[in-house]
Amino acid sequence: MMEFFTGHYNYWLIIIIMMAGFYTVISRGNLVKKIAGLNIFQVSVFLLYISIGNVTDGATPIIEEGVTLYSNPLPHVLILTAIVVGVATTALGLALVVRIKEAYGTIEEDDIHTQDHSL
Amino acid sequence: MIESHLSLLIVVLPLLTAPFVAVLPNGRLPWFISMLASWSVFLMAAIQLLNVSNGSVISYELGGWAPPWGIEYRIDSVNALVTLIVAAIAAVTLPYALKSVADEIPSHQHSLFYAAFMLCLTGLLGIAQTGDIFNLFVFLEISSLSSYALISLGRNRQALTASYQYLIMGTIGATFFLIGVGLLYAMTGTLNMADLAQRLPELYNHRTIHTAFAFIMVGFALKLALFPLHLWLPNAYTYAPSVVTIFLAATATKVAVYVMLRVIFSVFGFSFIENTPANELFLLLCVMGIVMMSFYAIYQKDCKRLLAYSSVAQIGYMMLGISFGTALGITATMVHLFNHALMKGALFMAIGAIIYRVGSSRLEHMQGLGKHMPWTFMAIVIGGLSLIGVPGTAGFISKWYLVQAAIEQQHWLVVAVILFGSLLAVIYVWKLVEVMYFKPANEAAIPSVKEAPALLLIPTWILVIANIYFGFATEVTVGTAEQAAKLLLPGAH
Repeated sequence: MMEFFTGHYNYWLIIIIMMAGFYTVISRGNLVKKIAGLNIFQVSVFLLYISIGNVTDGATPIIEEGVTLYSNPLPHVLILTAIVVGVATTALGLALVVRIKEAYGTIEEDDIHTQDHSL
Repeated sequence: MIESHLSLLIVVLPLLTAPFVAVLPNGRLPWFISMLASWSVFLMAAIQLLNVSNGSVISYELGGWAPPWGIEYRIDSVNALVTLIVAAIAAVTLPYALKSVADEIPSHQHSLFYAAFMLCLTGLLGIAQTGDIFNLFVFLEISSLSSYALISLGRNRQALTASYQYLIMGTIGATFFLIGVGLLYAMTGTLNMADLAQRLPELYNHRTIHTAFAFIMVGFALKLALFPLHLWLPNAYTYAPSVVTIFLAATATKVAVYVMLRVIFSVFGFSFIENTPANELFLLLCVMGIVMMSFYAIYQKDCKRLLAYSSVAQIGYMMLGISFGTALGITATMVHLFNHALMKGALFMAIGAIIYRVGSSRLEHMQGLGKHMPWTFMAIVIGGLSLIGVPGTAGFISKWYLVQAAIEQQHWLVVAVILFGSLLAVIYVWKLVEVMYFKPANEAAIPSVKEAPALLLIPTWILVIANIYFGFATEVTVGTAEQAAKLLLPGAH
């Protein structure tokens, strides 16, 4: 039973971060906080990829004499792409929040809804 | 030389056009260059479809790296047809864009608008072309990010919140897909779809594979707006600029349906899906979506929102075909994919022409417009008939195959729902017709409304005539769709 938790500790940590981010996105009404939650949610997936690339007792993937077992670098490379995508998403999301603030004068979801429905 | 790189050029051409257009001065030049690019892409997509129409498969190795290590573009009848749909809609939408964009978007943003449009096109074409599941994620994000930017350019401030809402839900969907891909990679060590398909069967009973499948399905159900994950769609379609609505409604969800087809049938294989509850779940959600979203459409007061809800219902029809898991079902899905792009493209173009003249898409502002804008009105009528599925229009062909597929499965309730959905479509299309033709015009407000300019009418009518043409000439659509069904379900024939 203990093995079930300690043997997969990286997954448990990732799931906790993931749920924290996901919960923030859903529960917060502040648009900036939602973006922050989205970021945390994405970071957990980056960690998932990076941790599955690790090979037990594997060395850093740089070719060196006398080393035969390397960690898998491919997930790291993949996640570099995903990080770039995440940065772009965050930038675009925050830019939208700025425009929403200019148009509505608030970044609270509830206030925006009341303003739209009172039209 | 060019022939052998065709598959890559289709994606690279709009990708290179985007930064080029972005640095051009505002004016007509960015529009013209984008239009040339989209027409070339359309031509190449047509040649590509001809090349694979005999059932052959093109495998293009990016940068000469052999699959499964390198990225592979794998073209067969399935994605060649989807690429052609996307390219064709872009080629028809861009001529339309000149006047509509000039009217709806501030002139200092035009070159950036066309750059974002080209990026969105790149992303959608890339999703359709690629045979690598991680590459698919990258293209998905290219198309999504550019479509968030495009939607936010709408003239009301609600466009901003609609875009934000779509950004949050779209990113969650894409991240779910990424989790699924990561789990697949952890289990198989490959990202190439064809390679995955070979390695997955021996792992069918593994729990991680089931989890990966669930994540990918939920992620893409969000992207394609499958009921009840459709909440972003009505706002996004309603508040986006007309050109963006036309393009996204006719292509974005279709490409997402294609990914569903590819993942379910090519990567996992239907024998895997049969042992999961996914099939019954899809069937249930589709049936609920068709009925509820059609009812929602009836009660809308804005015709763009009305058509948006109708789109969610139509996505239900497409997913129904997938959930049957039969050759006939896949044929129905592929045919409807094509036909729905035609009808929604035509309808949103006609609505865009009304917005160009009246400045609003609310039903009360459209009263009596039928007499002032007869050509636009006729386009809405014919597009609407196609949406209902009246014989003689493209919509009838897809409904026909879908009903046949349901009868083959003896799902009598589903047959009833498909027909009931058409009945509800009659009501909401009639609502448009009634407002435009039978309600007295508010003469004080619109005495000077003229017919839309030719540059808006010609693309609209190209799609309207295509709706009628493909209602009679079914060799292209049904032929390719049957070919696609053979490729996706090799055992069924």
